[in-house]
This record gives sequence, C-alpha cells and structure tokens, in this order.
Amino acid sequence: MTTTVPTDMFQQSTEELISGSEAIAIACALADVDVITAYPIRPYDTVMQYVSKLKADGAFDCDFIVAESEHSQFEIVKHASAVGARTFCGSSGVGWFYAFEAITVTAGLRMPVVAMVGNRALDDPGAFGVEHNDAMAVRDLGWHLYWVATAQEAMDIALLAWRVAEDRNVLLPFAISCDGSFLTHSQAIVQVPTREQVNRYLPGYNRHELQLHPDNPITVAPQVNEDWLMEIRRQTDEAMRRAVGVIYEAYDEFKEVFGRGDPSPFIEEYMTEDAEIILVGMGTLAMPTRVAVRRMREQGKKVGFVRVKFFRPFAVEEVQNALRGAKGIAVIDRDYSYGSPSFGGVLFHELRSTLYPLPERPLMLNFIAGLGGREVMVRDVNEMVETIEKALETGKIEQETTWINVRE
Amino acid sequence: MSTLAVEVVYRGIFQKTLARNIVRSIVFAARKDGKIGTAFGRYGDSPERNGIPAKQFAIVADDPEELEESLAVYQATNVDVTINVDDTMCKGIESWAWYGLQPINELTKPGGTLIVTSRQQADALLDDIHPKESPYNLSIVTGIPSFSGLWVYKDDHTDVRVLGALCKVCPELVSLDAMLETIEEQMGGGTKVVSAQRSYERTGARPVEPGEGGNRREMKFTMPGWKSMEEGLVIRAIPEGGEFAEGEGGYVPGRSDVFKKFSTRSMRPVVNFETCIKCTLCWLQCPDTCFDVTPDGLYDANMEACCGCGVCEAVCPVPDCVTMVNEAEFNDNDSQWQWWQKDKDGYNKWMTDLVEQQKAETRTHGFHHVGGYAQEIQAAEAD
Ligand code: SF4
Ligand code: SF4
Repeated sequence: MTTTVPTDMFQQSTEELISGSEAIAIACALADVDVITAYPIRPYDTVMQYVSKLKADGAFDCDFIVAESEHSQFEIVKHASAVGARTFCGSSGVGWFYAFEAITVTAGLRMPVVAMVGNRALDDPGAFGVEHNDAMAVRDLGWHLYWVATAQEAMDIALLAWRVAEDRNVLLPFAISCDGSFLTHSQAIVQVPTREQVNRYLPGYNRHELQLHPDNPITVAPQVNEDWLMEIRRQTDEAMRRAVGVIYEAYDEFKEVFGRGDPSPFIEEYMTEDAEIILVGMGTLAMPTRVAVRRMREQGKKVGFVRVKFFRPFAVEEVQNALRGAKGIAVIDRDYSYGSPSFGGVLFHELRSTLYPLPERPLMLNFIAGLGGREVMVRDVNEMVETIEKALETGKIEQETTWINVRE
Repeated sequence: MSTLAVEVVYRGIFQKTLARNIVRSIVFAARKDGKIGTAFGRYGDSPERNGIPAKQFAIVADDPEELEESLAVYQATNVDVTINVDDTMCKGIESWAWYGLQPINELTKPGGTLIVTSRQQADALLDDIHPKESPYNLSIVTGIPSFSGLWVYKDDHTDVRVLGALCKVCPELVSLDAMLETIEEQMGGGTKVVSAQRSYERTGARPVEPGEGGNRREMKFTMPGWKSMEEGLVIRAIPEGGEFAEGEGGYVPGRSDVFKKFSTRSMRPVVNFETCIKCTLCWLQCPDTCFDVTPDGLYDANMEACCGCGVCEAVCPVPDCVTMVNEAEFNDNDSQWQWWQKDKDGYNKWMTDLVEQQKAETRTHGFHHVGGYAQEIQAAEAD
C-alpha cells in the first residue's frame, strides 16, 4: 500500500494544543494509516477535516476517500481491510446508524477497522450534543468499544486500537467513542510522540493467510445457513475473549514505549479505596465527577469514582474488585434504554449484571444525565450522592432511576 | 487558586479565525508563563452561520487540577475578560445556543474587563450596553471590526492588537513577554509584535459603575418542561398577521416570539420613502419577511426581525432607495416609516446624510456589498 512518508515530521516529541479529533487525526498520521474514508456529520467531521489537512501538509500519505454516504464509507474500509490496508473511518449519531449494515459485517468478517464515533444524540430531534446511544449500538456486534475522557487519551487509545484490533489473535474492529463537543471541539495540551516511538509500538498490519490477494486466492463472506452460524458466532466470541489478554499486553507495552497510562487499560479508579459510595460513568463526565468527589472527600465523605473505559470487552473482574466493599453504587448513564428493566440506562444494567454474583451486593441507583449534550455539573453529582446517601440511611429505594436536571 | 477565563464574542464564520487565533494564543502564552490552559468554542454555536453571534473561550490555570475544577463548569459562568470583536454586538447577542438576548457583559465578572474593537467612544458604546449590578471596566481597541470569510483571513493585526490590550488589562492572565514570544512563534512575528506592543502601551480602561449603561432591552424565554411540552416535536403555527395600524390598513405578518431576532445584524437597511416606487421587490425577497406594508402601501423594514442580510438593498431597483447602514449608528428598533410620517423633513435629512456618509466610507462589515448583483449587471452591460 502507500508507503511514501515524509521523514521530517514527528521526528521529535512535541506538545500541541489540540482537540480530541485532532489528536486522533495525528494518530492516523503516526500510524501511517493506508485507507481513510469520510462522510461529514457533526461532530465526527472534525476528524476528517484534520486528517485531510495532515495529508495535504504531507504528514502522511493515504488514500483519503470521501464517500457518498456513511454506508459506503464503512463498506470501503471493510474491503480495504480485507486486502491488508490499515484503515480508519468514523461517524456520529444517525450517520453511524446509516452505516449499520456495513458495521455489523465488519466484525463478522473479522476486519480490524478502527472507527471514531463522535457521540451525538440520535435524531429526531436534530441535535448535535453528546449522548452515548449511538456508539452503544455496536455493543452486541463484536466491536471493541472504548470511551475516551481526554484528548491525550484519544490519541493514545487510537494507537492502541490498531495494535489490538489488528492482532492476529483478535482481528476485530475497534470503535473509539468521543463525546461530541467536550472532546471533539475542545482543545487541550497533548503530548505527541515521535514516529520512531510509534513504529516501535505498532507493527504493520498483516492478515497473513486471510489476506485477499491474487497470490492468496480466497473467497470472503459466503452465504451460510443454520449449519454454520453458531460456529461462526462462537469463533468471534473467542476472538473477543482473547482480546482481553491482548489489551493488557498492548497497554503494558504502551506505557513502556510512551511513558504514560493508567494502572489498568479497562477502568480508571479515582479515590475508590475505602469508598462507601462509588459513582460509575463513562467519557468526559469523568471530569466534573472527579471534581465533585474531590470536594466531597474534603468534607470527609467517603466517595469514589470508577470510569469504565472499555465497554467492550467489559472487564467484569476489575469492575467487581473496584466496587467490592462499597455500600452504594451510583451509575451515571449518558444514554437511555426505553422500557428496559427499571427503566434505566445501558451502563446501569451492565453494572447490575456485573455485581450480581457478589456475595454482598451493594445498593444501586441509576442516574440519567447529560443527554443531548446537557452539561453534567458538580452540583448534579452532589445530588446523586445525596440521593444514594438517603437510600442507604433509610434502607428504602424510592426510585431506581432518576433523571438529573430535567425540566418537569 | 487562580483560574482565569476569557471569552471572545465574535460573528460566526466572518470572525471565526480571528477568535480562534485569540484564544489559542492566550493558551500558548500562558504555557510559556508556566501555566496550563485550554481553548474551546461553544459547541452550540457551531456549525456557524454568517454573522450569528458565537463564542470561544480560553481558560488558564496554575495546574491541571485547577483547570479541571473550572472546566467542570463547561460554559464559564463568569469570565475575567470578555472580548467583543464587533461593537454592534454591544447591543446584546442571541446565539444558536440559547434563547433570548444575552447582554454582552453578562459573563464579565465584577471588576473584570470588557474589551471592544470599535471606533466609537466609551460613552457611545455604553449607550448600547446593558447595565450591570457590579462594576467592571471597558477597554477599547480602536478599529473597525475585522471581517473575513470561511476560507480567507483578513490579516489586519486585530488579533495581535487585542492580545496586546489583553496583557495590559489582565496582567495576571499572561505576561506581555510571553505573549510577544507567542506572536513571534505562532503568528509570524515581525510587525505583529510591534502592533501588539503598541496596543499594550495605548490601551486604557474606563471604569463602568454599577447601573451604568443605556440598554434596558430584555428578551427572555421560559423553556417548557417535559410535562408541558407538546408531544411529537410539534411547534404550533404562529397566528396570522394584521393591519399595520388599527383600522388604517396595511399588513404586518405574524412573527414568532421564540425565533431568533435581530442580533445577527451588523448593518441595517434605511429606506428612502420619497423615492420608493412600491415595486414590492424588497418585500418579496426579504428572507425573514421583515417588511411591514404601511397603510399608504410603502414598505417598512421591521428592525425587530431584520437579520441585516442586505438582500433588500441589492434587489431594490431605485438608486439609494434602500441603503445598508452600520448598525452602530442606531440605538433603537423603531419604525422608520412612523418617524418619516411624523417628521418628513427631519427624517429625510437624517437619512440622506447617513447615506452620503456611508458612501464616503468603506463598509465596516465586509460581507455586505451590493457586489454580487452590481457586478453581474456591470458584466451583463459590458457584453
Ligand atoms: S437586510 Fe433587508 S432583506 Fe435582509 S433581513 Fe433585513 S430587511 Fe430583510
Ligand atoms: S424594492 Fe425599493 S422601490 Fe421596491 S418597494 Fe422596496 S424600497 Fe420600494
């Protein structure tokens, strides 16, 4: 594939003031992605702007294809991935949904496409703000699904994404979820690594015997019936199970090469030790939540926060260990599942099923917050903690799910 | 703890690059001073539309934890410095992202500073600005508003002049040295450094007392809750219009209270009722149905609704019958026709003087020019 790379960029590690979208675009250049497809929808479109600019500036070379729709956009990378091209694409909200036929087969065919989902509320109403329901839709399809909290993390996880997705033991697509606006449109200081570091970390993509190539004549994606499907599903399942180990390994090495990272690739724990009440959430709402936790700690409240980073694969044991011992768990969902058990959010249900096997189950409450880009504020987090404190005190749950900051 | 916030209020698209240059330079310069910062636009303001008021922010803190504390409040609720890069927005702003008219100084905190690029004097500007309960400072960077387009940038040093002034009025944000160094590195340096330095030296601030300011205009909306809102994303049609004046005829169309109104406007049409031939073109072509039909069959542009697009001026077939005039010349949205009715000589004199003055000057807001049409006509005639 395309290999001409100018050598003068990324020779030195630099500090840049960039958004999460720019960070991922730079990761594309660093990872020397071969095929990038684009179709504009807000807030994802920021990444395609920056990618095309980087290409135009000579930071890297790739086939940059602006498709005629999201569906084609995702079809093209799927096919490119089959012939051994490193790929990147992405979308937001209903655009992501429009591509869904292609999105589902990408995992089934074991194509390690990396996509950025700029989280956006689903139409109607036409709204641009963040909601997690869009990306969440791939949770059952064999995609890695990761929620980013900072621009730095966006860049770092993008690099990790190709490494994990393209691992011969995995070969599953990877969705990087970035909260619209808070990540895609806010600029922060990001450390950009050197190309040499990235080359050391990220081997070339090689499908080996699965590569579609004249020298390796194969047929991909035949029609199958009931006598094949169970086995195919089970195989994909096994690949996702293997991904867990690959992620640990890839994250350890990431920390070695780049010199930064959390203790765990799967979750971030904040002041959880000895915490009696633990808040759980994903994405950029980590920031106000951490601030609220810090302030409550100053008042002597034993409160902590766990940020779920990988929603798929979901690290059950790690989450259990982080939450074990807490009396109350407040799950913050920036998504919603109409008519679901206790009329709650998706993360809440996932957490409840994760904690069910524990011998002593904590009291759990669900908070729906920040839908459509509404800000989650420190005072909202305080309100959640107060609600769960009251439930713990009285031993009575008035309602399992509370909508935060909604006009009655 | 010292976290400092700056907002830049600008006109969508035309001043986007200008605003971006300002907030990014603040963060870069603060970095040189050993601080940490972030820059972001108001998401609800984007995708931007021509001329619609929008905001970008720069937040600077001593360390990452402090930065996090203040970012937890995503739209800074009070800022140390408000920078307004088009003085016509002193009248208040409606962005995409909120309902109602926000005073230009709404977020300026007690003792903070409002920097405006303007050729007006402080007192004239204060006539347009809403009064505040707390004192603040007004600082003027002399110049006409810097307008450009989506793909072009008018590099007229407005950005560096604002940055120089900013270092003067808020030295605790960034030092002048750090800013000059940033301008050298990020913006090409040279005469820009000199411009910034000069602006720093020249900039003063006028204290504004509580209650000072001439704009009493309020425009607020109560947003419905989920129980009172109509189901199925329904918006009721607005009632039909009615007569211009009771019993006298004419026609005023119905207008929605909650749709955005006039703060997009940086120039407004002024009509010469004496030369109007009642051809209806302005009335037909106005994208916002702004023209009220007067009882005598003339067309009166309603300034509560006008977005200042200039279409009426472009389509009017009579020379100088509709002329776009800098919005800064006006202090109210009153009916021109009613004034003309009451005092024809007074109105005509005022209007002719204003039109002559406009002709003598370059248009302040670059995007307004009869251009498109005039050039086409010229080209057609030349053929
Ligand atoms: S400038 Fe003229 S055409 Fe444009 S909105 Fe105002 S009245 Fe209508
Ligand atoms: S376009 Fe000009 S001449 Fe025609 S009605 Fe309007 S103001 Fe009068």
